[in-house]
Amino acid sequence: MKVIIGQGSCGIATGAKKTQAEFEKQITAQKAKAEVGFTGCVGTCYLEPIVDVYDDNGAFTRYVKVQPEKVERIVAEHIKGGRIVEEYAISKEDEQFIEKQKRVVLRHCGMINPEDIEEYLAVGGYEATKKVVTSMTQNEVIEEIKVSGLRGRGGAGFPTWFKWNAAKGNPGKEKYIVCNADEGDPGAFMDRSVLEGDPHALIEGMIIGGFAMGATEGVIYCRAEYPLAIKRLEKAMEQAREKGYLGKNIFGSGYDFDLRIKAGAGAFVCGEETALIASLEGERGMPRLKPPFPAQKGYWQQPTNINNVETFANVPWIIANGGAAFGAMGTEKSKGTKVFALAGKIKKGGLVEVPMGLPLKDVIFGIGGGIKQDKEFKAVQMGGPSGGCIPKELIDTPVTYEDINKTGAIVGSGGMIVMDENTCMVDMARYFLDFTRKESCGKCNYCRIGTKRMLEILERITKGEGRDGDIELLEELAVKIKDGSMCGLGQTAPNPVLTTIRYFRNEYEDHIYKKKCTAKSCKDLISFHIKDSCVGCTACARKCPVNAISGEVKKKHEIDQNLCIKCGKCEETCKFASIERL
Amino acid sequence: MSEKCCCCGNSGNQFKELEPTLEKYARVPGSLITILQKAQEIYGYLSIDVIHHISKATGIKPAKIYGVATFYAQFRLQPIGKNLIMLCQGTACHVNGSQMIEEAVCEYLGISDGETTEDGIFTLNNVACLGCCSLAPVMMVQSADGDETYGNLTKDKVREILAEIRERA
Repeated sequence: MKVIIGQGSCGIATGAKKTQAEFEKQITAQKAKAEVGFTGCVGTCYLEPIVDVYDDNGAFTRYVKVQPEKVERIVAEHIKGGRIVEEYAISKEDEQFIEKQKRVVLRHCGMINPEDIEEYLAVGGYEATKKVVTSMTQNEVIEEIKVSGLRGRGGAGFPTWFKWNAAKGNPGKEKYIVCNADEGDPGAFMDRSVLEGDPHALIEGMIIGGFAMGATEGVIYCRAEYPLAIKRLEKAMEQAREKGYLGKNIFGSGYDFDLRIKAGAGAFVCGEETALIASLEGERGMPRLKPPFPAQKGYWQQPTNINNVETFANVPWIIANGGAAFGAMGTEKSKGTKVFALAGKIKKGGLVEVPMGLPLKDVIFGIGGGIKQDKEFKAVQMGGPSGGCIPKELIDTPVTYEDINKTGAIVGSGGMIVMDENTCMVDMARYFLDFTRKESCGKCNYCRIGTKRMLEILERITKGEGRDGDIELLEELAVKIKDGSMCGLGQTAPNPVLTTIRYFRNEYEDHIYKKKCTAKSCKDLISFHIKDSCVGCTACARKCPVNAISGEVKKKHEIDQNLCIKCGKCEETCKFASIERL
Repeated sequence: MSEKCCCCGNSGNQFKELEPTLEKYARVPGSLITILQKAQEIYGYLSIDVIHHISKATGIKPAKIYGVATFYAQFRLQPIGKNLIMLCQGTACHVNGSQMIEEAVCEYLGISDGETTEDGIFTLNNVACLGCCSLAPVMMVQSADGDETYGNLTKDKVREILAEIRERA
């Protein structure tokens, strides 16, 4: 028997290591026979820590939310007694979270041990690499990718074969293939899960891409905030080298290729390819004008191709199963599957991989289970700081590059943040502008100063100091910033503001003209009141830092609005939900 | 400063922990960020002295090193406390109330973003995203014992966690 514990960053954060230690302890103490191992993130983050118990015949039972106190019973009843502990096992409903998905990129995540190449080989690993380097030409590989219709999964959705072909066609002393693993979008963690859960798939994708364009060296630019991902990648590269899949003469084909990791140092703009190259060269990560494109002059002025993690992870599957099989999934222009990081006010947050073209509704309600506490769905934010908010009226929009673009948002790298009735859309716009303002590299005036001005206006509005004409001023600035910025960061920075104005103009107007926050979230525009349901327990009065609450014991209390500093302590303290925001 | 910052190659210098890194990377073009990361890992932050030392070893001007160090969020020019609180301000955390968590941390420790407590136990840094979005709001605490991530935070929970860390220190 085997006990496999999910240990992605999120699993570890919920205590997977403690659960593992408890299993080891209990197995020894109860003299049970079972090996303990681990795997990457399975994607159902809301159920962590997740433990799979494999019987000797290969069937497994999945236990969820396995805190250490549950371990003793699982060891005694299941491992020793052979009876499944139904109470702790995953429910039928939760099983559907995975069953409703179509897993290509995440095919091995949560299924194999990412630190053991043998497990990867057992599921057909490196077969695609072998096929490519020993039996295909560069053109054949590019043609296969062209047939698949694979488009860049990092955000722009550019056809992958085209980039590879361009890098192949341009002459250069050396050629480089680079993986952008600097997942900078706040609210996105698809790449982290692949890096932590299936690092060999990325390595394979890079070897194949490198072969197609004629590169002998690859660099993975990974963000320093993902220490576990870097560790697992390093281990995977070492194992691949030992087996001869990296290095000289791969599979006896005469093709040489090796990889190295470069840790990023924290700059969102480095997601832009020319900025990423500057950072690789040890400079400030600032973008430059294109052309020349990286495929012409990139890393050290040589032809360079950059793709993101998810794009590369698709490649071995395409080679193994054929481009046509990949192209059969999705829609005419957006083929294959896409991984989304579902988070925010959602019941079942986690990683979701679905064929492109599925309506948003099926992702959010069908797989994600709807909104936390069954509140009203308001909008979903896609594409991070470059994207926008899609309102509930458009929830039937199919998830394709074209359809999402029409709404003003973008598919982006795959972050999907769900918002409910309590999320203020003006505050969301302010939040994203605050982010882009900090992350602007400062090269273009419009981006550097324009985002700052937009942020100031939005801050004013959320503080109740909005003026007539602010919305129009924001719109005017937005167009100017888009036109006057050189790279994608500035060109897309106003999107969160534009989409929220387009779909939630009434909220902006409420803030400016009525001095009201529709979602009751902006502190300067709300006041706290005590409802009649108050039982007079005095808890809030004792907690209030400014003694603004008065009243007799067992009688309804009152808040003195002149004294109240709106810290929200009373709301937090009240056990009877008797504090309301007006 | 000049007498403290002795020339590279001298094994008796005050930055000898950095020597193996400099030996390996000083002459490799494009390695400045790697060297700075290593220096920060060893010394906790990038002091003026260490910047000058790296400059001498690599031939890169101190002004340029300073430019690179201030461009990236990861680099610090001031020492930090024993525990670095990285409070996630990603979108999912923001939607789930990370500002309230920040308020609680600031109130409890008496510091704001970027500052260190007087006893040198905590430094607070707001970070863009830790990638544990389904556990929002999240924070990571870095210390000599390694990294620990805490999810599904509430104001009470975060106060308990900080109290426990303080007790251990």
